[in-house]
Amino acid sequence: MNAFLAQLLNGLDKGGAYALIALGLTLVFGTLGVVNFAHGALFMLGCFCAVAFRYLLTIETVTVDPTQLSPWGQPVEVRTPLVQNWFGDFGAVLVDYSVPISVLLTVPVMLAIGIAMERGLIKHFYKRTHAEQILVTFGLAIVLQEIVKSFFGPNPVPQPIPTDLRGAADIGLLLGMEAHQLTYPWWRLIYLFFSLAVIGGVFAFLQFTTFGMVVRAGMADRETVGLLGIDIGRRFTIVFGLAAVVAGVAGAMYTPLLAPNYLIGMDFLVLSFVVVVVGGMGSLTGAVAAGFLLGILQSFASMTEVKSLFPGIDQVIIYLVAVVILLVRPRGLLGRRGVMEG
Amino acid sequence: MNAELPIAPVPNIVLHAADVFKNFGGLRALSDIDLQIEEGKTHAIIGPNGAGKSTLLNVIIGRIPPSSGAVIFDGTLLTGKAPHEINQLGISRVFQTPEIFADLSVLYNVMAPAFARRDGAFRVNMLRSVWNENEIRDEAEHLLQEFGIWDRRDDNAGALSRGDKRRLELAMCLIQRPRLLLLDEPTAGMSRHDTNTTIELLKKIKQGGMTKVIIEHDMHVVFSLADTISVLAQGRIIASGSPQEIKEDPRVQEAYLGGPVE
Amino acid sequence: MLSLSRKDVIKLAVLAAIVLTMPIWLAPFGAAYPGLMQKFVIYAIFAVGFNILFGLTGYLSFGHAAFLGVGSYTAVWSFKLLTMDIIPAMIFAIIFSGLFALVIGYFCLRRSGIYFSILTLAFAQMSYSLAYSVLTPITNGETGLLVARSDPRVIDGLLGADGMANGLPTPSLLGVSLSGYAGFYICAAFLIAAFFVSQKVFASPFGMALRGIKSNPTRMIYTGFNTKPYMLTAFVISGMFAGLAGGLLAVTDPIAGAERMKWTESGNVVLMTILGGVGTLFGPVVGAWLIKYFENIFSAINVNVLNDFFAVLPDGLQAVMVTILSKFTGEGWHLTLGLVFVLIVVFLPGGLVEGAERLIRRLRRSGRTAVKKKVVQQ
Repeated sequence: MNAFLAQLLNGLDKGGAYALIALGLTLVFGTLGVVNFAHGALFMLGCFCAVAFRYLLTIETVTVDPTQLSPWGQPVEVRTPLVQNWFGDFGAVLVDYSVPISVLLTVPVMLAIGIAMERGLIKHFYKRTHAEQILVTFGLAIVLQEIVKSFFGPNPVPQPIPTDLRGAADIGLLLGMEAHQLTYPWWRLIYLFFSLAVIGGVFAFLQFTTFGMVVRAGMADRETVGLLGIDIGRRFTIVFGLAAVVAGVAGAMYTPLLAPNYLIGMDFLVLSFVVVVVGGMGSLTGAVAAGFLLGILQSFASMTEVKSLFPGIDQVIIYLVAVVILLVRPRGLLGRRGVMEG
Repeated sequence: MNAELPIAPVPNIVLHAADVFKNFGGLRALSDIDLQIEEGKTHAIIGPNGAGKSTLLNVIIGRIPPSSGAVIFDGTLLTGKAPHEINQLGISRVFQTPEIFADLSVLYNVMAPAFARRDGAFRVNMLRSVWNENEIRDEAEHLLQEFGIWDRRDDNAGALSRGDKRRLELAMCLIQRPRLLLLDEPTAGMSRHDTNTTIELLKKIKQGGMTKVIIEHDMHVVFSLADTISVLAQGRIIASGSPQEIKEDPRVQEAYLGGPVE
Repeated sequence: MLSLSRKDVIKLAVLAAIVLTMPIWLAPFGAAYPGLMQKFVIYAIFAVGFNILFGLTGYLSFGHAAFLGVGSYTAVWSFKLLTMDIIPAMIFAIIFSGLFALVIGYFCLRRSGIYFSILTLAFAQMSYSLAYSVLTPITNGETGLLVARSDPRVIDGLLGADGMANGLPTPSLLGVSLSGYAGFYICAAFLIAAFFVSQKVFASPFGMALRGIKSNPTRMIYTGFNTKPYMLTAFVISGMFAGLAGGLLAVTDPIAGAERMKWTESGNVVLMTILGGVGTLFGPVVGAWLIKYFENIFSAINVNVLNDFFAVLPDGLQAVMVTILSKFTGEGWHLTLGLVFVLIVVFLPGGLVEGAERLIRRLRRSGRTAVKKKVVQQ
């Protein structure tokens, strides 16, 4: 039972990441009608926003301190991050909390990237075939990856969890168990709540603003909204920017859980396509539900008990579930007729 | 085989819809339809908007199954058959908005249905080339000439005018030499001139002895073509008969605008 | 039966000439060695087959690498169990990948659009993962399936042939070893045959029906076509092409690994086809060659090569050129490939072949108007 709960929790934060990526992907699908193979690259760029932020914070000055001597009798080099020089202890805290703080940087950066991408390239492809959209966004994804690689190198760059947030929450105590029966790392818990908050924010935005209303109407029936004389172009740009921001912050916050390298986006891209389609094209709720569902199932499948029963199941579970759901439900969990079926 | 049919075949009746009911949820779209289409005749189904004309046509073509009742075509039960099977029995359909192969050439559009007629519902025929099929090609070109769109044979069908698209779709149905042709508002949205050309075309086909069912709003079209008219109102057939009888039927006048039909 | 329209005969002749003269015209591009040319030719077969499905029916499969992998495994097993001769290996590769495609296609074709794409992706990824884990007895897991001296090779044993060259068994055709140029020409012959088959499919009533399904499936069923078996046949045919390509990869190098079934490989063939031109005969061939060229040759251009190339320039300029270009070559070849994708889609919609055709047409037209103008002036 405890193992079961532990796996459920483990699946939730991964599910949160899937849901966040899938949310942006399906927004872009649904409103812009664009198959965006560069969406994974946006997640990757978010990851590297966090990396770059920390990099900037930790630019150091090296001073030689003649008063201190190393065991070999040499003066010791003292490295101090500039921020620490400027802000003292607060600077140290800044460095420690670089990942969560980097979200503040990620939002404007990703918004700018998203808008630039949409204005510069994507908008010219609304009327083109899906095949051409795939080729151009895939090409763009490769270019972005290579640019990141040339700055940050090919190896994963691990990001630390803030010192105060290391360790695990004893969830078991809350449920009336003995201590240390069921623990859950704080950062994963934070990621889960963070993803829920972002999802909630996006839904509230779409539900309660006029802008969101138009976007939802556009997802339901693009042509009609176009006929209403609403300036679709500007709204499309903002939707794309929003999707980029959501993918970006999902990436930035995920860095302590998985050290990012320039290829991280591609792996997530394929999975999030599966998530979106299992959720049903054109359905935001479906994407979120499928994200959590697949995340949880994936962590269950990696339990040793399950693996010994069905060897290899942990590798195929997501695809197996996708196949079953799509064969039973023609348009995924909550998909609508006619969206991306042609 | 006839023994399995729920109703006995009637001589000269090529299509028989018997006791057909259709409910959509709680809504009754068709009730107690008994429709007999006589061989070689043109049968028009008219009625106000929402009377169930399109539903009836969709039931006949197998697009939607009836809630109860049966449709029998030439001694074969249509109920439950797939659309391509129904077509293979000899029923072709012209849609309200033309269903054509928009990104293929006009000639291709007309040749493809001919292959379905000749080769059946499925045949992997990779040895021959489409362009060596002279017989079918000649037939298609001949038909296009007759329909006045031969000059456009190499253009994409999507580039045709609305009237030409409708004519093309009609040609696509006719090349199959169907025993029964279903026309769903064949002149909707056409100019008067185009309507008249279409009427002339349909009259010409009529001489070939093909059975036709027409759903139409335009009384001019109906009275120029129909041998028999059935009037549908609120999912029921309220009258059936020759054009003259229908014109004089008080119930029909009631259903239509509450006044005499012009 | 073998008849083609005149246009198609010319196209086939052009392709044959281009493929067979590869050793000559690829030399200036530094790609004229047999192993690499073999890859060019094999991936062209893969893409030509993929195009029969995607180009004609519009169904975008994201799992075609599975059939490539099945073809490879089957061929290697045929090498191991029966004979090093490639005839049975290729026949079995085509049959098994065809059967595999029949099963997968039966399920995937119940859906259309992106649902179909994701189903194919899911089946292929499952095959890939299983080949690594549970199916290790058949696939030999991460090591990959290899031929060994100790393999039974029943037929070879009966015929008294040992299939050995240099101590290891090598694939052969009727006793002729297929290393080096012989291997290339065999693969080239297969490509020409595959291209011919795809021409026949494109021109046949069967191909016409597939185009009809892409264009308007509703009209197809109301015209009396049963679209499901048509789709399934197209899927199986293109799966068989992929199986043949996979089998030939095993001829080049008698080893089969699971990574051949990964989604990146499926994605590659999609990109090749779109890059060259979906639904055109030459497009997939050109696309396959371009991508494989980048992958193999462009990636090998390092700083030394660049330095040599720009040695004629003054030192400063040489350094600048080398620094700039080294970002795009060698390790950076992916960057160039990505840019090529973007530029081609932006400037040549419809892919290389269609874009080039449009360009030629425009040039001709402007040429003609120029001539006309001259005439008028005179």
